[in-house]
Amino acid sequence: MIAIIDYKAGNLTSVQLALESLGQSCKITDDAKIIGDADRVIFPGDGAALSAMNSLRDLGLIDVIRNVVSDGVPFLGVCLGTQIILERSEENGGVDSIGLVPGLVKRFNPSNSMVKIPHMGWNTVSFNRAHALFSEIEDESEFYFIHSYYPAPSNSNYILGRTEYADTVFTSIIGNANLVATQFHPERSGRIGLKMLENFCDWDGSC
Amino acid sequence: MLSKRIIPCLDVRNKIVTKGVRFQNNIDLGDPVEMAVNYSNGGCDELVFYDITASAEGRPIDIEMVKEVAKAIRIPFSVGGGISGLDDMYDVLLAGAEKVSVNSLAVKNPEIIAEGARIFGSQCIVLGIDPVKTEKGNTCASGYEVTTRGFREHTGIDALEWAKKAEALGVGEIVVNSVDADGTREGYELTLTRMIATEVRVPVVASGGGGTPEHLADVFNLAYADAAIIASMIHTGDYTIASIKEHLKKAGVAIRQKW
Repeated sequence: MIAIIDYKAGNLTSVQLALESLGQSCKITDDAKIIGDADRVIFPGDGAALSAMNSLRDLGLIDVIRNVVSDGVPFLGVCLGTQIILERSEENGGVDSIGLVPGLVKRFNPSNSMVKIPHMGWNTVSFNRAHALFSEIEDESEFYFIHSYYPAPSNSNYILGRTEYADTVFTSIIGNANLVATQFHPERSGRIGLKMLENFCDWDGSC
Repeated sequence: MLSKRIIPCLDVRNKIVTKGVRFQNNIDLGDPVEMAVNYSNGGCDELVFYDITASAEGRPIDIEMVKEVAKAIRIPFSVGGGISGLDDMYDVLLAGAEKVSVNSLAVKNPEIIAEGARIFGSQCIVLGIDPVKTEKGNTCASGYEVTTRGFREHTGIDALEWAKKAEALGVGEIVVNSVDADGTREGYELTLTRMIATEVRVPVVASGGGGTPEHLADVFNLAYADAAIIASMIHTGDYTIASIKEHLKKAGVAIRQKW
């Protein structure tokens, strides 16, 4: 069973529907026991870092997340879920985050005022190295993004994929041991995104 | 590079997709879920659904249809028509829509944009503007006035000023749906689209008038739209999304090439 962590940060329906279309059994939950017992965990989210962290604290889920990751359970962060596993976000005047990945979350700051914020739509991802997540997916495939902040891991070993927007090449996929995390939304990225989710569901969490 | 988005629009009336000219004389085209799957498989980048009679009939949007669409496709879609408040927004998003579009409601109550953005996130909140070119003697500085309720009511509001205000309120995206161009297949409203696209920082979607791939190339290259809505030109079968994208690629427009 796949646990989709519910921490009142955006809409999880599309994640659930995508997994169900793959025939995967999954549950949207904020229950620490269900998350702790799950075969794999997805940590999604849209919205802002501060309210997300407050909500995780209120629900008592921060240590639950740390534990599943340290226990080797295959773990997938998506969008805001990816951002708040870094150490700190520039959003909302600065927010200390979960800190599973060393580095910061920064705001796009384009010099050209014609560049739109948020970064919304389909953009290419360059794979940095081979990974089980990329099985049967071509390098430079396009995925659906919607965000104004981006993850900037301080250790390049964590970088699995990169994307360019607003004069910035940023990390669009993070990976370390049993943890992977995408800035884009695989669940909304058509056939190719669905293949990435399928790869995650088939992955044993090893590198 | 970020691709320009091609977004088929499905106007739905009584569970059937329909299309009119300048918001009138609609003809029926087919089943919304089936058409959504076909366009999604055909390479569109996003979809938009308008429940075009919900508002006039004073009923909420058809949530069952939204749920069926969400189950059937794996690309983002937005939903509009008959959104009367935050509860309706919540229902639509929970049913699986990526974004919810407000139009007349926001003109009546602009704060709904700020409230929706605060509760659901800016990225979910789309403002639809239905502008018309103003007649001589009208006071709208941009030369375009906002209308509501499907061109039935003039508001006296300047379309460009309204777009800027919506941005300040926290809107995530603005759809400029030209009433003059709607269904004509004679090209998008380039002047106002360019004005809004260059003066607001959120993505701008051009809508109304797309009839040939050249029209899309123009609205991307000359009016700086981030996305374009298409309807008649693909509903009739005159073009496919692949054929439009092939043309755009040759015209130097960044588009998603594999799906």
